[in-house]
Amino acid sequence: MRFSAFALARNALTFHEQWPKLWRSPRPQSKYDVIVVGGGGHGLATAYYLAREHGIRRVAVLEKGWLGGGNTGRNTTIVRSNYFYPESAGLYDLSLRLYEGLSRQLGFNVMLSQRGMITLGHSTHQLEMLSRWANALNLNGVDGELLTEAQVREWLPLLNESTTARYPVRGGLLQRRAGIARHDAVAWGYARAADALGVDIIQNCEVTAFLRDRDRIVGVETTQGIIRAPKIGLAVAGHSSVLAGKAGFRLPVTSYALQAFVTEPVKPVLKCVALSMATGVYLSQSDKGELVVGGALDLYPSYAQRGNLPTLQGVVAGLMELFPCFSRLRMLRQWAGVVDVVHDSSPIIDAAPVKGVYLNCGWGTGGFKAIPGGGFVFAHLLATGRPHSLATGFTLKRFTSGALIDEASAAGISH
Amino acid sequence: MLQFECPYCGRRDEPEFRWGGEVPLVRPGPPQLVSEGDWAAYLFFRDNPKGLVRERWLHALGCRQWFVVVRNTVTHEICSTSRISDPTPEVRA
Amino acid sequence: MSAQLFRLPSGGRINRSRPLSFTFDGTRYVGFVGDTLASALLASGVRIVGRSFKLHRPRGLVGVWCEEPNAVVQLGEGAKLVSNIKATQIELFDGLHARSVNCWPSAHFDLFGVAQFLSRFMPAGFYYKTFLWPSWGWFEPLIRRAAGLGIAPTVPDPDRYEERYEHCDVLVVGAGAAGLSAALAATRSGSRVLLVDDRGVLGGSLQGEDALIEDRAAHDWVTDAEAELRAGPRTRVLTRTTAFGFYDHGLVALCERTAPALTDGSTLGAVRERLWQVRARQVVLTTGAIERPLVFANNDVPGVMLASAAMSYAVQYAVRPGERVVVVTSCDSAYEAAEALRVRGAALVAIVDTRVEPGSVAVAAKTAGTQVLTGHAPVRVLGSRAVQALEVRPLADDGRAWRSDPVTRLECDLVCVSGGWTPTVHLFSQAGGRLRYASDAVALVPDAGPSTVQCAGASAGRFSIHQCLRDGFAAGREAAQRVGAVADCGREPLAAGASTQVSPFWGSPRARGAKAWIDFQNDVTTADLELAVRENLCSVEHVKRYTTTGMAVDQGKTSNMNALGVLAKLNGVEIGRLGTTTFRPPYDPVTLGTLAGRRVREFYHPLRRTAIDAWHAAHGGVFEDFGGWRRPAWYTRSGDTREASTRNEKRAARDAVSLFDGSPLGKIEVRGPDAAIFLNRLYYNNIRTLGVGRVRYGVMLNEHGTIIDDGVCIRLAEDHFLVSTTSGGASRIFATFEDLIQCEWPDLRVLVTNVTSAWGNVAVAGPRARELMQRLGMDIDLSSGAFPHFTVRCGLVQGVPARIARVGFTGELSFEVNVPAGCTLALWETLLKLGSDLGVAPIGIDALQELRTEKGFLHVGTDTDGCTLPADVGMGDMLAKKGDDFIGRRSLTRADALREDRLQFVGVAAEDPQVVLPVGAHVVPHHKSRSGSHGYVTSSCASEAVGRSVALGLVRAGRQRLNETIHVYASGRDWPARIVSPAWYDPNGERLRA
Repeated sequence: MRFSAFALARNALTFHEQWPKLWRSPRPQSKYDVIVVGGGGHGLATAYYLAREHGIRRVAVLEKGWLGGGNTGRNTTIVRSNYFYPESAGLYDLSLRLYEGLSRQLGFNVMLSQRGMITLGHSTHQLEMLSRWANALNLNGVDGELLTEAQVREWLPLLNESTTARYPVRGGLLQRRAGIARHDAVAWGYARAADALGVDIIQNCEVTAFLRDRDRIVGVETTQGIIRAPKIGLAVAGHSSVLAGKAGFRLPVTSYALQAFVTEPVKPVLKCVALSMATGVYLSQSDKGELVVGGALDLYPSYAQRGNLPTLQGVVAGLMELFPCFSRLRMLRQWAGVVDVVHDSSPIIDAAPVKGVYLNCGWGTGGFKAIPGGGFVFAHLLATGRPHSLATGFTLKRFTSGALIDEASAAGISH
Repeated sequence: MLQFECPYCGRRDEPEFRWGGEVPLVRPGPPQLVSEGDWAAYLFFRDNPKGLVRERWLHALGCRQWFVVVRNTVTHEICSTSRISDPTPEVRA
Repeated sequence: MSAQLFRLPSGGRINRSRPLSFTFDGTRYVGFVGDTLASALLASGVRIVGRSFKLHRPRGLVGVWCEEPNAVVQLGEGAKLVSNIKATQIELFDGLHARSVNCWPSAHFDLFGVAQFLSRFMPAGFYYKTFLWPSWGWFEPLIRRAAGLGIAPTVPDPDRYEERYEHCDVLVVGAGAAGLSAALAATRSGSRVLLVDDRGVLGGSLQGEDALIEDRAAHDWVTDAEAELRAGPRTRVLTRTTAFGFYDHGLVALCERTAPALTDGSTLGAVRERLWQVRARQVVLTTGAIERPLVFANNDVPGVMLASAAMSYAVQYAVRPGERVVVVTSCDSAYEAAEALRVRGAALVAIVDTRVEPGSVAVAAKTAGTQVLTGHAPVRVLGSRAVQALEVRPLADDGRAWRSDPVTRLECDLVCVSGGWTPTVHLFSQAGGRLRYASDAVALVPDAGPSTVQCAGASAGRFSIHQCLRDGFAAGREAAQRVGAVADCGREPLAAGASTQVSPFWGSPRARGAKAWIDFQNDVTTADLELAVRENLCSVEHVKRYTTTGMAVDQGKTSNMNALGVLAKLNGVEIGRLGTTTFRPPYDPVTLGTLAGRRVREFYHPLRRTAIDAWHAAHGGVFEDFGGWRRPAWYTRSGDTREASTRNEKRAARDAVSLFDGSPLGKIEVRGPDAAIFLNRLYYNNIRTLGVGRVRYGVMLNEHGTIIDDGVCIRLAEDHFLVSTTSGGASRIFATFEDLIQCEWPDLRVLVTNVTSAWGNVAVAGPRARELMQRLGMDIDLSSGAFPHFTVRCGLVQGVPARIARVGFTGELSFEVNVPAGCTLALWETLLKLGSDLGVAPIGIDALQELRTEKGFLHVGTDTDGCTLPADVGMGDMLAKKGDDFIGRRSLTRADALREDRLQFVGVAAEDPQVVLPVGAHVVPHHKSRSGSHGYVTSSCASEAVGRSVALGLVRAGRQRLNETIHVYASGRDWPARIVSPAWYDPNGERLRA
C-alpha cells in the first residue's frame, strides 16, 4: 500500500483497522543468495539495494533482537557529508543525496530536515582548520561555506557571549544540506521497502556460529536453525569483532559505549545542528522539541550500552559552555550504543579474510548519516564481488599498507 | 562510575584513570624482520572481546603507574587487578 | 482572586496561618505553606491544569507527585524561568507565577484545542505515512512550532550548582514506611546511614493516608522517626533529594533541590541544586510503588484521578477533589481512599470493583452503607471538560466483553481509579537487577540482583503498611549486619495488617472508535497500540517508539505498565514474556546545570597561566588559548591594530632584540645510565651521537610513523638530558615516556620527570641579543666561538641557576634562558630594563608564528597533519644513518610511506608578492580547477624582512616540483603561485649562527 495523506484520510474512516503489516515475520528458509547479518540501518539498506539495484531478492536479514534496535535506534540523528578527504566526501555525499530522495523512494517519511549544520571554531588555529576544510569540501563538490562570528550568531543567537566564554566562538563552517532525520523511520522505511521486494527480515535470530566448507564460509547457525548462503554480509557495528571471532579472524576495531541524551521538549530554540571543535559536543533539536545532545565516548571498551557519569558530566559541561542559557533545562532520557571505532574513523567495506564473508563496519560514531550510502555500496560489493568505485579506499588492506583515510585528524574530531 | 583498586594507592574513582589497551601486546622487532602483516596486527588488530578482557590502566591522577586489570566488557565488573610486573593474569572464559 | 472553595475546613499538613498568593495562567489564587501548586489549584477549583501534547485535550490532575502526567507548567520568567515542571512537585511559595504550556491563551481556553477534531487523522505514527509531498521540509516549521511544551530560557542561568561526594555504610532511598523503618534499623545498629527522599517532608504516602502505626497517627510516627534519625550522630537525612541513577560499581547519583530554590529571586548567587555521588557499602531501595489508572473510554477527562492521589489531596492538603465521588478499582487499596473521602464529607456515590468477589474490603464498605458494584467495569466518562457522569456495566466471565445487562449511569464529578500498583524498580534495574512478573501482585517485582542491593516494601511488591514496616526494618538490619554493625536495633515498628489483593485488568471492552488513554501527556490510546501491533510492530521497543507511549516528561510512570498489559493481551502472551524497555537514568528529569556542577565558566577546562601572566595582562597582552595555556597573541599599544602591533613586534625581533615568554614549552628531565639509549628509541633523529653540552632538533613519531611532536634535545651530561617538547605536547610526550619505561622497556635504567612548570623560559632573540645577554653579567662566555649555535650552558644569572640554550624559533640569534619559574618575572623585567636603549620589546605568539614562517621552520600540528612522516618534511635522509629501532620506524617502510605523491612540506610563493595566500587554501593544478586538491597552504603572512608575502604548505610531491607554477584556491577564487623552498629568510642560517 502506498502511504499518502489520502491513504491516511481513507483509513481514518475505518478507524485505522485496515492498515497492513509494515513487514512480514517470515520463518527463515534454509537457503538464500545473500545473508545480511544485522537488522540495523546498514543491514536493511543493504538488503533493499540488493533487491532494488541488483535484482537479488533471495536475501535474508538476520537480526538478533528487534530490527533497528541497535545503534540505529540510539543515535543523535545527524546527517551530513562535510568530510575532508575526497574518498570520504564521495561516499558520505552519495549517502546524503540518497537521503534527499529517500522518503519518496521508500514511500515512508524519514523526516529529513536539511536545516544546516555549523561546526564551530574557537581559536585562530581552529579557524584555519575550518578554512582548509571548507575549501576541501568545495573541491570535493560538497557544499560548505565559512561563517564569520557575526554570521554564526545569526544562526545561533543563544551561543555564549564572546567576552566571558572559555571557548569564544570565532567562526564556523556551515553545510546547508546537512541536518537531521528520524532514525526509527529510516530503519522502518528500509525494512518495509525491502520486505515488499521479497527480502526476508528474520528478527530474534542470532548468529551463533558460521558453517564452513573447507576454506569458505557457506552459511550460519542461528537460534532459528541453519541457514545457508554463498555470501554473508556482516553489518553489526559494535559487534563486528564478536562475529569476526566466530569466523576466525580479528578486526582493527574496538567497541565503545557512546552516550547521548535528550532534554524535555521545548518550543523551537535551535535552528540548526551545531558541533563545537573545542568541546566536542554536538546538538540539535528534534521535531518533538527535545534537545538531542552527544559528545564524548566513555574511553574504555564496552558492550554494555551504558556509560558513566564522568563522561556525561563532561558533555553537559561542554554544552553549558556553548549555551549557558540551557542550564535550567532538564535531561529526560539518556542512553548509549556500542560503536565500532577504527583508528582513522573511516569505515571498512571489504571482503573479509575468510571467503564468503563481507564486512560493512568501522563506522564508529558516524554510522547513521552513512546508512543509505553504506548500504548502497555494500550491496554492490555483495552483488558483484567488487568494491563500488566510491568505496575502493575503505578496505582492510589500508591497515597494512598505511593508506589510512584519517578523517579524525583531518577534522580534529573523531566522527 | 567505575572504581579501581590501584595496586599502589588502593580504591579510587574512574576520573583518576586512563585506559591503555589490551594486554599482552608484544611490540615486534627488529623492524627489518617484521612483516607488514605482523606490524598491522600490532598497530590495529585486536580481540575486542565481549566479555572478559585483559587490559592495562594508568592511575593518571595518582601514582602514575600502569597496572593490569581483568574486566568484563558487558557488566564492567572488575575481576582482578595486578601490577605490570606480575605474571599475566588468567582469564577464565 | 478566587476563594478556596474546595479547601476542607480543617485538617491537612498545611499551615493555614501562612497564606500564599500565586498566579496561574494570569489568574490570582491563594494557598498555604505546605501546599504544592497542584493542591492549591485544586483547592481553588481549577480543574483544567494543562493540555495534552498532540490533541490539546483538556487535562486535569491525575497524581500527586512525580508520576503526574498532565499538570506540566512553566515557572517564573527571564533568567529564572523553569520549564516543564510538574505542578505536583512545586512547593508553593509567595509570589509564584506559573503558566500552562503548549496552549494559548490558557489551559482553560486553548485555541489549539481544535486539534481534537483532527484526532482521527493523527493516529500513532501518522507522520510516517504522510508529509511526503512536496517534502517534509514544507511542513516541518509548523510541526516544530506546535511541538515542544514549555519555552527554554534565553539568558544565561544565574544560579550555581554544587557537587558533593558521600561515602556511607547504608544508603536508604525513599523515606516512606519501609524506608524510615530501614533507616531506623540501620541507625540503631550503629552504621553510617544516608536516608534520602525526593519530597520536602518525610513519610512518603504515609502523609496522605489515615493510617495508624504503633497505635498513633502515621504522620506522628513519621515525626518521631525523623527526630530519632536526625539525632543519630552517624545518620544524615536529605529531603528534596531524588536518587536518579544507579551507575557502575555501586555509585548512586542524587539531585538535591536546596530550600532557597523555592522562592523566586533570592537564589542569586546561591546554590540552587546539588549533585551527590554516593558510594554506599549497602543500598536499600525503598522507592515505593506508583498507582496506575484504569484504561477505559474517555478516561482522560479532567476529574479522573488516581485513588491514592485523591486521598492524598484530602488527607495531606485538606482539599476536596470532588463533591460526588465514584471509586473504580481492581484492587483493595482504593477502598481506603473511598473511606478517607467519605469521612471528609464527599458523597460516595459508589465503589465499582472489576473483581467479582473482592472479599472483606467490599463487605466492610457495604456494611457502612456504600453502594458496591462488583464484577463491573467502567464503560466511559461523560463530559469533555469535566467529569459529569460515569457509565459502568457488568463484565462477562472472561472479562473481554460486556454482559448483556444495561449500563448504569453514576452522576459524579470525581472518578477515583486504581488499576493496581507498579513497584518503582528503576534503580534496581539500573543496578543490574532482574525483574520477574509476580501474578499475585500483578506487578514486575525485583528478582535476582547485586548482592549489595536490597529492595523492600512496595518497591518489592509488598503493598501493606505492615509489610513495608517489617520488610524495611529487616532490610535495614540486614544491611547493617553485612557491613559489620552489630548493635541491637530492637523491634520493628508495627501496624495492623491489611489486605492488598489485586486482580489484573488491562482495559474495559471498548466500542469501535471510542478512545481509551494509556499515556495522557502524549495522547496515546489503546487504538494506537492496536495499530502498532496490527502493523507488526509487536515488541515493546517498537511499540514505544512508534506510539511514543512512556516518552513524555512523566516518563511513563502511570502508563508503562498499562501499555505492557495491553500489549501482552494483544500479542496473546504473558506479561513476563514480553520484557520491558531498559530502565535508564534519570529516574526523574535532572537539571543540566546540576550535572555540570561547578565545571562552568572559568572552571570549565581552566586555562593554565605562565609565571609572568600578570605582567602580560598589565602591559597590553591580548590573550588567546594556545594549547590550553593563556598566552598573549600580541601586545596592544594605544591605537594599534593587531596587524600593526605584530609588524612592530617582528621588527623588534629582526632588527633589535625581542623577548618571548616560552614557559609553556615542555621540559622533561631524562636521567640514568640508559638515558641516551632510551631517547634514541623515542626520537627519529640520532641521539646517541649528541655530545655533552650540545643541543639537537628532533622529531618524535608515534608508532604510525606520524610526527607528533618536535623540539630540541639538550644533553647536559653523559647520563642527563633535557627534552623540550611543544607546549601542547608536554603532557602527552611525558606520558609516553612513562608508559614505555614502565611497560615496554622496564629493564632500562632511566628516570623521567616533567619539569615544565618548574622552569620559566624567556627567549632573547634578535641581532642585539648577545649585547643584551652580556648586560646580565653572567659567568658564562657568550661569544660566538665559546657558545655556538645548538649548544647549552649552565650557570648563574643574577644569582639564580639558569640553563641557557642557543636555540630559537625566530631565525635570529637567540638565547633561551631557563630559570626556576618563580624567578621568571625578575629575569623578564631585568632584561626589559637593561635593554631599553637597545629597543627590546616583548613579542606575542602571532609575531613568533610569522617569524618562524618566514624562516621556514615547521610547526607541528599546523604544517603537519595526522599523516605527515619525517620524509615528508625533508628529513628522509636521516633514516639510513640511524641503525637502531625507534618508535614508529617500521611504519616508515610501509607501502603508503613510500608513495611518490605524498604531501611534502614546501614553500608557496604567490606570483603577486603583495598577495598573502590564505591559510587553508588548497593547491590546484590549473586556474579554475575545482576538483582534486594537491595540498594546502599551512602558514602564511606578509613579510617586511623578506620583502614579499611568504607561505608554507604541504603539496603533493612538492619537493619534485620546485619552481612549478600552480594555483591556490580558496572560497571560490584562485591565485597563481610557485612551489619553492620553505627557507624564505636567511636560508643559510647566518643570522642564526651569529
